[in-house]
Amino acid sequence: MKPSRSLWQDAIRKIKRDKIALLSFFFIAAYFLIAVLCAAGILFPNHAAPDVANSFLPPSSDHWLGTDLFGRDVIARASHGTVTSLMVGLIGAGLSVLIGATLGAIAGFCGGVIDDLIVWFYSTIDTIPYILLLSALAFLLGSGLNTMCLAIGLTSWVGLCRLMRAEFMRHRDREYVQSAVALGAGPFRQIFLHILPNTLQIVLINFSLSFVGAVKSEVILTYLGLGVEVGTPSWGMMINDAKQELIRGVWWNLAAATIFMFILVLAFNLFNDALRSALDPKLKGKA
Amino acid sequence: MFRYLVRRVLYLIPILFGITLITFLLFHVVGGNPAAQAAGKYGNEAQIRALEIEMGLDKPLHLQYVDYLRQIVTFDFGRSWSTHQEISTMIMNGMGPSLSLTLPAFLLIIIISVSIALLLAHYRGGMLDKAVLIICLAGMSVSSLVYILYMQYWLAYKAGIFPISGWDPSWTGRWEYVALPILIFIILSIGGNVLFYRTVFLDEVLQDYVRTARAKGLGTVRILFKHVLRNALIPIITLVVLEMPLLILGSLLLESFFDIPGLGGLIYSAIQNSDFPVVKAMTFIGAGLYMIFQLISDLLYAVVDPKVQLR
Repeated sequence: MKPSRSLWQDAIRKIKRDKIALLSFFFIAAYFLIAVLCAAGILFPNHAAPDVANSFLPPSSDHWLGTDLFGRDVIARASHGTVTSLMVGLIGAGLSVLIGATLGAIAGFCGGVIDDLIVWFYSTIDTIPYILLLSALAFLLGSGLNTMCLAIGLTSWVGLCRLMRAEFMRHRDREYVQSAVALGAGPFRQIFLHILPNTLQIVLINFSLSFVGAVKSEVILTYLGLGVEVGTPSWGMMINDAKQELIRGVWWNLAAATIFMFILVLAFNLFNDALRSALDPKLKGKA
Repeated sequence: MFRYLVRRVLYLIPILFGITLITFLLFHVVGGNPAAQAAGKYGNEAQIRALEIEMGLDKPLHLQYVDYLRQIVTFDFGRSWSTHQEISTMIMNGMGPSLSLTLPAFLLIIIISVSIALLLAHYRGGMLDKAVLIICLAGMSVSSLVYILYMQYWLAYKAGIFPISGWDPSWTGRWEYVALPILIFIILSIGGNVLFYRTVFLDEVLQDYVRTARAKGLGTVRILFKHVLRNALIPIITLVVLEMPLLILGSLLLESFFDIPGLGGLIYSAIQNSDFPVVKAMTFIGAGLYMIFQLISDLLYAVVDPKVQLR
């Protein structure tokens, strides 16, 4: 008899077989590579140097997607915008997952008054429409990359918190946890060593979803004037600038940001779908 | 039913308290000194002091909180810092334009996406299903700002089919101005809605009652739009009702791009002008609306599904 595969081994096997998921994964990896190379100064090191004589050049063999107002190569700017977007995604989604998972775990595990308090807190937060809460917080914290990540993280954790609470309530009284208690495991050990590994797939799926949400929020916040500082390369900035540029016939700045963002978000969306069906045991055999 | 209603309304009290507390803390503690903000860049110490007293910021925090509660109860949020109008009047005036944009868009979105999703659930796994799914996912991967920019540029500026932006306060004249925003609104929301409804309907079309209906010899259209749709009403109601507050609040992006004087545009210009009291009032009103509609959706469950017993 073959040894049975764990949930994760099974998921990796499924994703490897899924051509679309695999392709999406490579695209996502490529974006991270571009971001790391840009941040390290290896790729397009001169992206910020102005060259005003060559302002708004249309696409040519020198500049594949033309130049912007300051004569900077649009592809170089968009590549450096990848750094901003991935940072917002990683930090924003990371923060959101951290808050959501911790509060959810505590609420579900402890129950009682603590549970009531946390449920009250997230129901309240959930009642404030997301875009209003996000813009109000970003507005109050002021603009900038760090505050934007903070605002996104602090406002988008409710969904995961609710899921984790339900999972922890379900797992708390399972036999494997009871046997751990019988062996003398304290609450800390039960939460982190026993229950958390069994709910990690939910955290992972949620992280991936929040990542896309954060990347999209960057554009909206930038439009509201609550995004990164002027001068920081970002797709939101490029899209936002297009408002004035389109009338002058300058479409390449918008096009570059749109394409860069489209491929990343689509790859993430497709990968999320595959991830969800690979990791959700309830979907096994269906779809 | 009545007992449930009373309990459900009582349950709103702690949430309402939470909303007031969170918005209060956000704007009075996180936000720094509003008087310094209101005085602007060139305000001196004395002006800031005077403004603090005028706004009641020299009082201790708990008294300021009581002031804030009084504002909410009397629906008197003071005056805007940028336009110096009564905020409650501004909100009342903004509701009509917002609704003329969002209500038609919303109805069309539901009808179109439910129909498409039913069709997809029927032809699940086929080429049509896969193609539409990919189109939806691809459509959702483009930033909403990009749609607005391109469609405004091509359809209004270049082709001249629609006016670029503007507003006519008369009930007959305004439709010309909301037509393009409605079209964009539909395109923005349709991908996510179709995907959501499709999963809902997929759960239903595999049920036994669908097979029974088919065995009885009922037509596909009748099965889909009568039997399946009816049974899938609960998740549909949840989504529809919970999106309603957004109807009243309008669309921040669309209204600001097309100069529609609705509540979305109001929020946008308030954020642009650091207009604290307006942002605060809108945040509270948004939350209050959401709370009310949550209650409505819970009550509707009982109407739609006889299995749900409210006690």
